[in-house]
Amino acid sequence: MDKSNNMGLAQAKAKSTAKAATVFLLPALLLIAIFIVYPVIDTFAISGYKWNGISAGRVFIGLDNWKALLKDAMFWKSFQHNLIVMVFSILIQIPLGMLLATFLDAGGKKFNIFKVIWFLPYLMSSVAIAFLFNYALATNGGIISSLATLINGKRTTIDLLGTAPNALYTVIGVMAWQFTPFYMVYFIAGYGNIDTTIYEAAVIDGATRGQYIRMIAIPLLGPIFKTACTMSLIGSLKYFDMIWNMTQGGPSGSTELMATYMYKLSFQQFNMGYGSCVAAGMFILITAIALLFNKVFKVKEEY
Amino acid sequence: MTDNNLNGGTMAVDINSLGKSNDTDYRMSKIKSRIAWTIAIIFALIQLVLTLTPFFFMIMNSFRKQFDMLQQGVFHLPDPWYFNNYVEVVTHGFFGYFFRSVLVVAISLVLMLIISSFAAYPLARMSFKLNPFIYATIVAMMSVPMHVTLIPIFKLTTTVGFYDSLKALIGPYVAFALPMSVFILTAFMKTIPREIEESAEIDGCNRYQNFFMMILPLSKSGLSTLAIYNGVSMWNEFAFANTLLISPEHKTLPLALGQFKGEHSLDIPIIMAVLTLSVLPMITLFIVFQDKLVKGMMAGAVKG
Repeated sequence: MDKSNNMGLAQAKAKSTAKAATVFLLPALLLIAIFIVYPVIDTFAISGYKWNGISAGRVFIGLDNWKALLKDAMFWKSFQHNLIVMVFSILIQIPLGMLLATFLDAGGKKFNIFKVIWFLPYLMSSVAIAFLFNYALATNGGIISSLATLINGKRTTIDLLGTAPNALYTVIGVMAWQFTPFYMVYFIAGYGNIDTTIYEAAVIDGATRGQYIRMIAIPLLGPIFKTACTMSLIGSLKYFDMIWNMTQGGPSGSTELMATYMYKLSFQQFNMGYGSCVAAGMFILITAIALLFNKVFKVKEEY
Repeated sequence: MTDNNLNGGTMAVDINSLGKSNDTDYRMSKIKSRIAWTIAIIFALIQLVLTLTPFFFMIMNSFRKQFDMLQQGVFHLPDPWYFNNYVEVVTHGFFGYFFRSVLVVAISLVLMLIISSFAAYPLARMSFKLNPFIYATIVAMMSVPMHVTLIPIFKLTTTVGFYDSLKALIGPYVAFALPMSVFILTAFMKTIPREIEESAEIDGCNRYQNFFMMILPLSKSGLSTLAIYNGVSMWNEFAFANTLLISPEHKTLPLALGQFKGEHSLDIPIIMAVLTLSVLPMITLFIVFQDKLVKGMMAGAVKG
């Protein structure tokens, strides 16, 4: 076979590969382009307009929305709430999930019933949880207020969702109820992935279960710990469903998050131009924080 | 706090038993280990109560009459047990919401699985110039928050006339499930030995036959994990549904709660019955397919 013929064959093969790849990839790329890429670009585009979302008439106002956003106290307050939620989510859910996983890992099969019950909250949707806790934490007939009444011997109300400083922390508590099981199972999987020979070797070297957990297993869980933090971080910054159904950002904006603020502006007040600007701002902030977090952690790992 | 108690306790034991190993120390460590376990179990039980109380609240109240709830209080069993809340819920459109959700999830899931395995195949198996670029682009899409796309998708939906119909949900549901699914399936297909395809090629299979007869059947376990993970998130999806659907006869199950609340705002037991019914399918599935379901729901953990 001479050289040119060989080249021709290779080229023909490459061509048919390219053709097949295009056929296989086209539907996915098309959908992603229509429903993810284009909308993100369009969000930035709409942020340059004053538009109510319904009428065709929209007015180009340049960077006015962005200027307003930089000075919008409510937006920055929402962002601050997102950060508070983020910090507490990482501080409560991940350690608690890890603790429960450690307990289950040390206890073995006989604690399976704990695992099954502890996982239940994660099976509920955020919307269902919002409705449930709205009533379960109500001052009238709610669990906490009834408990307080029982202890006090007279009618006592503890307003967890209706007053400003309480509401945000109550919401954080409900989120912990919802997501701790996720991190629990996540860390159970992490423990499961550790080679059993490591444990056996540690036991032969005279380590007890406790020492093994503290000195060997937990350090080995390092990388998945980082992933858990990243998930919690991104999840907290775009949190929406539960808050929207539980408090709608209230009372008086004390549980407002970036996503609920955006939704309120766009679909309740029909101020979609500015709503898009908030959405775009949210996109920038989430991306920046996620990148920053990854960078900081990478640097740390290298040392 | 509990962490210190559990591990701190066992830690003290370990240092003792390491240092000297005479009888009293051994007995001491035994006692300490028992104390540590007792404390751990107390915390485990507290966690159990914290987990179950809201469920107890929900189920008990769903069996009360409207005004019994406040009169009897949270800590009493329903007296009498009242089943009409469920009758009321079921006869007022609950199954409509339920089946619309089943329909949307089923269609979206099937489309998503087909399209994502289509896309994963060339990314895992073919070498072409744009492969790394396309793969990186798709993976990067995993981190786009759906809320950022809400307004343009609302706009798009009204423009093409899909607003307030189930059709409106399918596109976004499939598209937002794709990046992660392609990511997982590409990794999965890379683990399938190449020899299988090569021998099929010798037997005269072309790429397309290869995909449908070899790769797809071998990817079954990856596909089922993805089906569970995405099925659960589509089943619970709220933001798109709430934005794109408006009339009660088109709404999906996550919106049923708001709808029932609007109609029976003071009848809390009715809402508790809706809640119980909407949670029931998931709990049933969980009891039947425990490990499989947990594994599927954890597929999202690769997102980070």
